Amino acid sequence: MSERLYGITALFDSPEKVLAAAKAATKEGYKDFDSYTPYPIHGLDNAMKLKRTYIGIVTLIIGMTGVISLVTFTWWANSVDFPMVTGGKPFFAWPSYVPLMFEMGVLFGAVSTVIALLAIWLGLPRNSHPLHDSEFIKKISDDRFGICIEAKDPKFDQKRTESFLRTLGAEKVEPAYYEVQSFTLKQLVLDPKFIISIIVVAAVSSGTVYWGLNKMLLIRPWSSLNDQEKVLPETRSEFYPDGFAMRPPVEGTVARSQMPYEFTENDLVSAEKYLKNPLLPTPHVMQLGQRDFNTYCSPCHGYFADGDSRLQGQFPNPPSLHTDSLLIAPDGLYYGVITNGFQGIMPSYARQIPRDERWAIVWYLRALQKSEHPEASVAK
Amino acid sequence: MIDTQKLKSIPASYSRLGWTLLILGVLLTVISFVINPKHASFGLIMTLTFVATVGIGALFWVGIEYVSSAVWSTPMRRPFEFISGVIPFLIILAVPLLFNMTTIFEWTHRALFKDDPALLVKAPYLNIPFFIVRTIVVFLVWWLFYYLIIRNSRTQDSTRDQGLTTKNIKLSAGFIPVFGITLTIFSIDWLMSLTPDWYSTIFGVYLFTGAAVASMAFATIVIVKLNEKNLFPVKITPDHYYNLGTFLFAFSNFWAYIGFSQFMLQWYGNLRDETVWYIPRIHGSWAVVSITLVFMQFVIPFFFLITKPAKMDPRRLVFISIWLLAAHALDIYWMVMPVYNPDHAVFALSEVAFMILSVGILLSVFSFKAKGNNMVPIGDPKLQRGLEFHI
Repeated sequence: MSERLYGITALFDSPEKVLAAAKAATKEGYKDFDSYTPYPIHGLDNAMKLKRTYIGIVTLIIGMTGVISLVTFTWWANSVDFPMVTGGKPFFAWPSYVPLMFEMGVLFGAVSTVIALLAIWLGLPRNSHPLHDSEFIKKISDDRFGICIEAKDPKFDQKRTESFLRTLGAEKVEPAYYEVQSFTLKQLVLDPKFIISIIVVAAVSSGTVYWGLNKMLLIRPWSSLNDQEKVLPETRSEFYPDGFAMRPPVEGTVARSQMPYEFTENDLVSAEKYLKNPLLPTPHVMQLGQRDFNTYCSPCHGYFADGDSRLQGQFPNPPSLHTDSLLIAPDGLYYGVITNGFQGIMPSYARQIPRDERWAIVWYLRALQKSEHPEASVAK
Repeated sequence: MIDTQKLKSIPASYSRLGWTLLILGVLLTVISFVINPKHASFGLIMTLTFVATVGIGALFWVGIEYVSSAVWSTPMRRPFEFISGVIPFLIILAVPLLFNMTTIFEWTHRALFKDDPALLVKAPYLNIPFFIVRTIVVFLVWWLFYYLIIRNSRTQDSTRDQGLTTKNIKLSAGFIPVFGITLTIFSIDWLMSLTPDWYSTIFGVYLFTGAAVASMAFATIVIVKLNEKNLFPVKITPDHYYNLGTFLFAFSNFWAYIGFSQFMLQWYGNLRDETVWYIPRIHGSWAVVSITLVFMQFVIPFFFLITKPAKMDPRRLVFISIWLLAAHALDIYWMVMPVYNPDHAVFALSEVAFMILSVGILLSVFSFKAKGNNMVPIGDPKLQRGLEFHI
């Protein structure tokens, strides 16, 4: 066990004295010294002529990294890997990313600031300090103020420094020693106490988080959203003997809103032949048809069924519905196509649009065709 | 410790410059009214908004100081009070506009309302008599609070009565919510109703952020300039400057936050009643103005003011304050002028008159108010602690 001189410590009994001492030490030319006080003292950083910390630069760079990675990722996800129209906006809709950019900037900046602060302040990987556990620091954490001029300072000379500190009015001047072995890297990082404490902290914090999110929230009274009197998916109903929660319709009946489609999926010919529009072109029906057409059909077919998609080439443009063959096609064809989709490109709209509204769309479409071809006699 | 000899000094050059600009501004405004009355009216709306926001913003800062019992700003409160002296004169700026409403406000033409159900709903609010009543009430309320708060503050100089501070705290606590409501009414009446179809619930806050930045910027300029010439009877330290700079920085960011929130929600919602305001502003040369505005009032001040030394350095503070005032003028220009000409940006005599007249009014009223008054509230019990303030 070899001991080495860390520096000369001096204790003062008032903040004014330590402030004056820091000023004097700076004036004398000492650079490697530090002040130790039980609470922050105004003006000490100026008196010690401390350089401005570079922690802000760390925050800025890492925060900007967060912003840039967010932009890159969202751009890649939304316009390269999986382009999907959301709200009719362009794929790279930057204004909607700005809140995320802000949040990622703050998250990255804040976390990196804390880590950088700990790293700078502790001087990682150092996990202790030569003055730690000394009599000097015990006094500091009580009611005294101190300065320690370190031995690595070029102007350091044990005798001269000691007498210099005495002239400043220190009540106690003492050299501080530390054990060299206890500050080797091995001792610092591989110290069993240190490693065990890190493992314990990690286990306790992750265990708490896991327990809190996965267990605690499922205990009453937090679990109110989970405890509902209903049959969950993949479970048996205890109310009905057959174990199903959903009841089948009464035999031999069809619900009003669930009239089945009469033909097979690809049988457009029968649809053309047998289906007739059951509605009359009343103003109400036309308005309903217009509303539904503008909602469901116009994104691809255009507001006037000219095939001028608003989707900027993100889907194949459908043909115009004003061609000669379509003008004379019977209503059943349109109804069949809306119900079943067409050639695997146009999807089925049977789920979105009820039966009557599909027929209303057909009426509105007829009106559109008539408006552009008043001379043509469109089929019924 | 306060040198009473210097308490009443204000350089004559200030009032000379102020009066020169004021007279020049009035002349230019009159000429522009002769050339193009409609354009000049829009220019006068800009002047009114600029002067009103700076003036009422300054009174807001005074109120905030009282309510929060802040001490750091007490030595610098008087410049804010002097700037808020423009409040009684706002009505003079508004009168030519009130006589001229049919050329400015589209909603004064009732025929428009017939085909527009959205406007029909607004008819009980948007009509000339109610508009005039609102304008007068808003200015009267502002003047009332201005008169009471400033009078108490002045009286304290001679009486040194601490009870006046308590009185002002109560008055300010009443003023701040009233300020929020009246500024919103002002913004709806004079700016939002220029596009009568449009509505945005955040618009009052948007104007408030601009008002807070602009009044803080104007006060920073005069404080630093007076302090540089040693005309401030007390010592204003870099620590005081640091707080002024922090407020400039914070409210410039707040402006961007509110402005962007408004833009993003309306852009995303894509509803006709909301986008109608943005469509002219994001096309053609107005788009250039919009982007310039973002850089002027947010991006450049953000990077300029982000470091601590920048907030403490008086010269840099003056520079960025002038910059931010110009940005606020551009902000108002951007809010008002696309209504006059939606196709492309305009710049004519009215805009020049707007800038000269605004600065002229603010500077001449400031020097006029500062002449007979103490530059620091010597009777304020918080003054000594404010002088000893450090961060």
